[in-house]
Amino acid sequence: MKSYVLRRLLALVPTLILASIIVFVTVRLIPGDIIELMLSQNDLAADSKSREQVVAALGLDKPMWEQYFTWISGIVLHGDLGKSLWQGTPVTEQLLARMPVTFELGAIAMLVGLVIALPIGIYSAIRQDTAGDYIARSFSILLLAVPSFWLGTMVVVFPSIWWGWSPSVDFVPFTKDPVENIKNLLLPGVVLGAALSAITMRMTRTMMLEVLRQDYIRTAWAKGLTEKLVIVRHALRNALIPVVTLVGLQAPLLIGGAVIIEQIFIIPGMGLLLLEAVQKRDYPIVTGVFLAVGVAVMLINLLVDLTYGLLDPKVRMGS
Amino acid sequence: MSAVNVEMANTTTAVPSARRRPGFFARLWREKRLGAIGGLLLLFFLLCGIFAEVIAPYDYNEIMPLDRLQGPSAEHWFGTDNLGRDVLSRCLYGARLSVIIGCSAALLATVISALIGIVSGYFGGKVDMFVQRLVDAWMSFPELVVLIVVVSVLGPGMPQIIGTLGLGLGIAGSRIVRSAVVSVREHMYVHAAQSIGASSSRILWRHVLPNVMPPLIVLLTTRVGSAILAESGLSFLGLGVPPPAPTWGSMLSGSGRTFMFQGPWLALAPGLCLTAVVYATNVFGDALRDLLDPRMRGSR
Repeated sequence: MKSYVLRRLLALVPTLILASIIVFVTVRLIPGDIIELMLSQNDLAADSKSREQVVAALGLDKPMWEQYFTWISGIVLHGDLGKSLWQGTPVTEQLLARMPVTFELGAIAMLVGLVIALPIGIYSAIRQDTAGDYIARSFSILLLAVPSFWLGTMVVVFPSIWWGWSPSVDFVPFTKDPVENIKNLLLPGVVLGAALSAITMRMTRTMMLEVLRQDYIRTAWAKGLTEKLVIVRHALRNALIPVVTLVGLQAPLLIGGAVIIEQIFIIPGMGLLLLEAVQKRDYPIVTGVFLAVGVAVMLINLLVDLTYGLLDPKVRMGS
Repeated sequence: MSAVNVEMANTTTAVPSARRRPGFFARLWREKRLGAIGGLLLLFFLLCGIFAEVIAPYDYNEIMPLDRLQGPSAEHWFGTDNLGRDVLSRCLYGARLSVIIGCSAALLATVISALIGIVSGYFGGKVDMFVQRLVDAWMSFPELVVLIVVVSVLGPGMPQIIGTLGLGLGIAGSRIVRSAVVSVREHMYVHAAQSIGASSSRILWRHVLPNVMPPLIVLLTTRVGSAILAESGLSFLGLGVPPPAPTWGSMLSGSGRTFMFQGPWLALAPGLCLTAVVYATNVFGDALRDLLDPRMRGSR
C-alpha cells in the first residue's frame, strides 16, 4: 500500500506542473491587451491607477518565463497568489475564506446525489426490464438533460408564486450557526446534486447488473441465501467499488456547477468570487481561483484513487 | 446526414455477414425507437434554427410595450417578456445560436479529439506519456470555469466561445479516440501496411482513421449537447453572446429574472427548449453508440 501511495503522489507532480502552466498561459498568452480592457472597462481603475502601475502590479513588464517562475515560486514557497488589484488584499486569504463554502456545497450535492441514485440504481438492476426499471431509467436520462441553472431558477420562482416562499439569501457561515448554514445550503445542494445523481444511477445499475451475472452470485443463490443477503452482502459490496471513482470524475462537474448555483442562491463561495473578479477584471483573483479549482479537483482525484486502492486489493497490486 | 451514411458503409466492412440492405436509418428506427425520435427532435431544432426568420411570427427584438408580460395566447404562444417581445420568436432565434455554437464547437472538438487521440494512441511511447499527462491536467479544470476565464480575458463573443469549447471538449474526448486507436493499431491490416512500407501518414489516414470513425461519430453527436449546455450556462451568467442576441441561457437570467415572478412562463420556454435539445442529443448519441460501436457502451 505504501508504494502505491508513493506512486500516486509522484504521478501527481507532472500533472500539477502542467496544470499551473495551463492556468498561467490561459490568462497571460491569449491575444488582446488585458490592460487596455481593464482600463477601458473599469472606471475604478481609470482614475486611481495609471497604465504603468497596473503593468507593474501584474508583473507584465518582465519576460514571460520570468513571470511564470516568480508566480510559481511565490505559490510553492510562500503560498502567495499575489494581491487583489483593486482591494489590495492577498488572494490566498480570500480564497481560503471562500473555499470551504464551495466544498460544503459540493459535499452536500454529492450526498444528495448518492442518496437519490443508489437505491434507484440498485432497484433498477435487481428488477431489470420491469416497468419500475424502465421508469427509473427514463427518469435518469431526463434528469441528465435538465440544466441545473434552469432547475435552480424554477426552484426560486415557482414556490414563491405558489406559496410565497423563497429561499433565504442571507448566508450564515457554518462556524456561526451550523443548523442555519445547512438549511441555507440544502436546497442548492439538491439542485446541484440532481443532475449528478442521474449519472451515478446509470453507473450503479450497470455495475450491479455486471456483478449479478457473476458465478459467486449464482453460488450465493444456490446456497439458498435470502435475496437481501445476496444483494447487500455479495453483490452491492463489489458493485459499489467502481462507483467510488465517479466521485472523482464528478468533482469538476460539481465545482463547475457550483459557480452557477452560487450565483442563483447568492452563496459566497469560490464561484461567486470568480464571477465578481471577472466583472472587475481582477486578474490575480481570477488566476488564483482558476488554479485552486484545478488543484482541488486533482487532490480529490488522488484521494479517490487512494480509497480505491484500499477497497480493491487488485488495484494496488497491479501495475 | 448522408455523410454519416457514407462513413457507415466504410466501417462495416469488418462485419462480412451483416447485410446493409435494411438501411441504417431503418435499423435505427426499428431497433432504437427512442434514439430515432431524439434524432428527429434534433433535426426539428436544427430546422427551427435555420428557418427562424420564416417561422418566427415576430422579430426577436420587436418591442411591443402594450403587450408586455402577457401570458401564452393565440397571438403569443409562449407569452411575451418584460419588454413585450414575443418569447416564441426569441426561442426560435435562440435555437439558431445554440445550433450554430453547438454544431461548430462539436465539429471542432471532434477534429481535435481525432488529432490528439490518433497521434497519442498510434505513436505511443514518450509522446503518448506527455500528451496523456497534459490531458489529465486539462481535465481537472471544469469546462465552465475555463470558459469564464477565457471570456474574461478575450471579452464575450461567439468565436472565442466556439474556440474554447471546441478545444476543451476536444481534449477531453481524445481519451475515447485514443483507446480505440490503441486497439486498431494491433490489427493485422495495420501490421500488413507497416510491413509493406506504407508511410505513417498513409496508415493513419487510410487504415486507422476509417476504423475509429464510429466512436468519432458518437463523440460528435454527444458533444453537440455538451456544447449547447455549456454555452447556455455561460449566457446565463451574462458572459455569453452579448445582447440583444437571444440565447436560451440569457433569457433565463438578467433583467428577465425579476419579471419571472409576474410571468412564470418566462422561466419555462427557454428551459424546456434546452432540456429537449440536450435530451435529444443524449438519446440519439446513445442509440448511435449502441448501433455503431458496442465497445463504448456504458462509457460517457
